Amino acid sequence: MTVLIIAEHNNSELKRATLHSVTAARALAEEIHLLIAGHNAQEVVQSASIVSGVTKVLVADDIIYEHPLAENMTPLILSICENYKYVMATATTEGKNLMPRVAALLDVAQISDISGILDKETFQRPTYAGNVISTVKSIDSIKVITVRATAFDAAANNGGNAIIENISTTPDSGKSKFLRLDVSASERPELTSATTIVSGGRGMQSGENFVLIEAVADRLGAAIGASRAAVDAGFVPNDYQVGQTGKVVAPTLYLAIGISGAIQHLAGMKDSKVIAAINKDEEAPIFQIADYGLVADLFKALPEIAEELDKQGLSKT
Amino acid sequence: MKLLVAIKRTIDYNVKVRVNADNTDVELTNVKMAMNPFCEIAVEEAVRIKESGVADEIVVVSAGPKQTQETLRTALAMGADRGIHIETEMELQPLGVAKILKAVSESEEPGLVILGKQAIDDDSNQTGQMLAALLDWPQATFASNIVLSDQGAEVTREVDGGLETISINLPAVVTTDLRLNEPRYASLPNIMKAKKKPIEVKSPEDLDVDIKPRLIVLKVEEPAKRESGVMVESVAELISKLQNEAKVI
Repeated sequence: MTVLIIAEHNNSELKRATLHSVTAARALAEEIHLLIAGHNAQEVVQSASIVSGVTKVLVADDIIYEHPLAENMTPLILSICENYKYVMATATTEGKNLMPRVAALLDVAQISDISGILDKETFQRPTYAGNVISTVKSIDSIKVITVRATAFDAAANNGGNAIIENISTTPDSGKSKFLRLDVSASERPELTSATTIVSGGRGMQSGENFVLIEAVADRLGAAIGASRAAVDAGFVPNDYQVGQTGKVVAPTLYLAIGISGAIQHLAGMKDSKVIAAINKDEEAPIFQIADYGLVADLFKALPEIAEELDKQGLSKT
Repeated sequence: MKLLVAIKRTIDYNVKVRVNADNTDVELTNVKMAMNPFCEIAVEEAVRIKESGVADEIVVVSAGPKQTQETLRTALAMGADRGIHIETEMELQPLGVAKILKAVSESEEPGLVILGKQAIDDDSNQTGQMLAALLDWPQATFASNIVLSDQGAEVTREVDGGLETISINLPAVVTTDLRLNEPRYASLPNIMKAKKKPIEVKSPEDLDVDIKPRLIVLKVEEPAKRESGVMVESVAELISKLQNEAKVI
């Protein structure tokens, strides 16, 4: 049995998200193939070939794959997937966009966002904003799966020695065209891969007050996140949002500042290794899941944290 | 242009969901139901497109038991023109729903189908993409902005790390993300008017589609609870714990 993983990359770098799917795939099969559909993506192919556990890297090089439009990616995947029992991608926006299109044309169900593998056809996945874990069995012959990255460790990005094979490309669908990508410019680590995250909620009261969060995040080398309440209030852009309707994160340290702990927020961060929370309301639900809680006024506490980190020599700046 | 909006009736997003006693489903008895929030955004967007003069009719469709008509009435009160109810008591999964919507799209021939990106019950995030695949139409998922013209649509999508803009040919399928718009509340006169708008009722058999579930739900359970930790008295104590006990800074 073989797993085909659709790799995510930007033609120069293999995205770390894909490494989590490799680990999930190892629970299902010995043979793991990685599809790199892109354009001039030699560096990605090289780094994919040494990922631990990957046995073959399939390369489809064409200008039409420079941006992974679902309309062009789907025929390519369909052209090779009869050889596979499992077709898998990480449940990023890219994987979520692409995989149901593949599943529908194979006439199979997709198993979305799996967080556990019980056996070769039985999987666990969170539903109801993470309030429920469903155990589902797939009766389809090919299983199309998206993987919740935070539920599986990243495979080592060295030590592997995969065969590299070029495959035939498929024609441009002509149905859709990439126009532009506006990347959120930030010197900070990306939310989904950061080891430390400092997140602000409605308690921050304004977007300007996020400078207090920035001061702490800078010292910790952390990414900045926010609750949906803070996004809805317009304090910060939507791509800061952590939660069921935003990003799902699992950093080593999650610092929740002025976040009450709505269910939908907890669904996005409760797998963090250590959670510390600061809130002036001692009844805030966030304290029920936090490893360390401090009842305090965040406008006093945040500058104190920055000062204390400097004093203890813990600041990274 | 005609717009088709597909909506789903789900547990109201304010309800705290509980697993039932025999771990087969969540508790649905006497639980408040409502339109899935992402579907409300889809209806709102259709109404705004019609108000801008680009579209002339909005058809709203939903599949499910009899009570699904209440959700269709909500959409009609928001501004949709007529409803289609595919009535079934069977458990519906995304692939089956996509097949239903394909049949409806083929008879209605809309220029654009708008759906929510995911439903807040099963969190699958599949139906729109599957529908686009079955129709062999382009898709623009997780939309935060839609600009329609005769030739096609330019859609801005919420992707990890930023905003991607693509152009797609029409007809097409678009799924909505949170920031696309803020749905309106239906006014009382519009709620009254909606009662007179037509809802056509059909069965999956009428459409000749196979909606049999492909995933068997073996068990539902509550996730493992995270143990609550300790309260600290000061910032200095917090930093010390994070440094020396948790060893994370």
